[in-house]
Amino acid sequence: MAILVIAEHDNSSIKAATHHAVTAATKLGGEIHLLVAGSNCADAAAAAARISGVDKVLLTDAPHYADQSPENVAALLVSIAASYSHLLAAATTSGKNCMPRVAALLDVAQISEISGIESADTFVRPIYAGNVVATVQSIDPVKVITVRATAFEAAGEGGSAAIETLPAAADLGLSRVLGRELTKSERPELTAAKVIVSGGRGMGNGENFHRLLEPLADRLGAALGASRAAVDAGFVPNDYQVGQTGKIVAPQLYIAVGISGAIQHLAGMKDSKIIVAINKDAEAPIFQVADYGLVADLFEVVPALQAELG
Amino acid sequence: MKILVPVKRVVDYNVKVRVKPDGSDVDLANVKMSMNPFDEIAVEEAVRLKEAGIATEVVVFSAGVANCQETLRTAMAIGADRGILVQTDVELQPLAVAKLLQAVCAREQPQMVVCGKQAIDDDANQTGQMLAGLLGWPQATFASKVVVSAQTATVTREIDGGLENVEVALPAVVTSDLRLNEPRYATLPNIMKAKKKPLETTNPAALGVDVTPRLKTLKAAEPPKRSAGIKVADAADLVLKLKTEAKVI
Repeated sequence: MAILVIAEHDNSSIKAATHHAVTAATKLGGEIHLLVAGSNCADAAAAAARISGVDKVLLTDAPHYADQSPENVAALLVSIAASYSHLLAAATTSGKNCMPRVAALLDVAQISEISGIESADTFVRPIYAGNVVATVQSIDPVKVITVRATAFEAAGEGGSAAIETLPAAADLGLSRVLGRELTKSERPELTAAKVIVSGGRGMGNGENFHRLLEPLADRLGAALGASRAAVDAGFVPNDYQVGQTGKIVAPQLYIAVGISGAIQHLAGMKDSKIIVAINKDAEAPIFQVADYGLVADLFEVVPALQAELG
Repeated sequence: MKILVPVKRVVDYNVKVRVKPDGSDVDLANVKMSMNPFDEIAVEEAVRLKEAGIATEVVVFSAGVANCQETLRTAMAIGADRGILVQTDVELQPLAVAKLLQAVCAREQPQMVVCGKQAIDDDANQTGQMLAGLLGWPQATFASKVVVSAQTATVTREIDGGLENVEVALPAVVTSDLRLNEPRYATLPNIMKAKKKPLETTNPAALGVDVTPRLKTLKAAEPPKRSAGIKVADAADLVLKLKTEAKVI
């Protein structure tokens, strides 16, 4: 049976996380279909067709999918689920919102945020904020899964899948998006970035955060992240948060500035390839996971680092 | 309006969990248990809605072993009016809990269910969405602000790119994110008062729900440990090492 991956998109392009979910799907064995449900989303479907590994793109274009509400998307998925052995989405806020609803409507379990695939019915997933890794087996006929993007490589481009139109399901009219306040940034997305510069409570205030870390991030082509403490203190918006309840990241280089390293934060970044910690407190737990630790005042080190990088 | 809040008894967030020596599961023997922090936020939100004159009654629900009574009492000390415990020793997974909640909703007819967005033990992040699906209700997950009017709730949601404002028709399921509120500390008089509040105990069979687990845990293990690296002298040393040793810039 085929595998269905639900594409996350903005009606014109496909989000990076979906590329990682496609790679997870290739490890299950079976034809891979990618669902693009949106409104005026032909461009997104065309982009979806170019993802390598995808055999077919299903395009559902209707006004009531413009916001991809979980109620309407779940109903659409349930209408076609019988043809699939697995339904997958990236474990983004969108995937986490929709997939449990789909699973419940199908009367099956949902398997959250898998980080590994042992076989078509056995999966590895972190629990207890990543302090334990569980291997779980599903006995359900269809597996509804969210995929931790950082645990799987991104599928490349170069595919040329056929695009097939899938009729829309009814509009349930249960919810209405009034608006979105999205953080505008020229920098890469946190979950897709190769380098991340992240600030914590040690930054002192929002002005310091931006004044010191933005130039460094720009010099390195990095995304900006933050600890929960920095977000709660109002230095930066919530979508900067890296950690158990924020974003899970695994860049090539993670630079933690003024972050003490609460378990909650470590859970979100400890799979980074190289971790650098800059903190004036030599006892800060962040140093226990850092490859390179620099015990110093960040207000001196960050400008010096900037100068060294040129 | 009546609000229902499910609360889960989980390993306290300060406890570092360990895996059993045979690797079959997490070792929960003699470990401190508490209310799931996201559920505490959900209870607080419901109680605030009652204090604001919007909700008329806050009912808390828990499912699991007999000790879940303590979790319900904690919720009642925050301000919930009464509790319902679905007692069972069977391991409960999110789908089973959502079905138990569905059965209780059929009886209690709440206008809103406020859940924690995820439990800090299994990190599933499913129950609220599943319940909304089973009831055919709208869902507003990861809420950082909830405004309730007669027919609708307007919810600010924390999403990957920022914030989303969504309007849902009532009845609806809302799940709480961290920044929805800061739960109060229960005072001693309120803890005493909570002991006298009504707490009903039922079980899955009485509610007509099959709670058999669908997922089998084959193995639990600790993830590979990351070890501390080296300390560098200054910014210049750091840049040099990142360029020549780690080769990441």
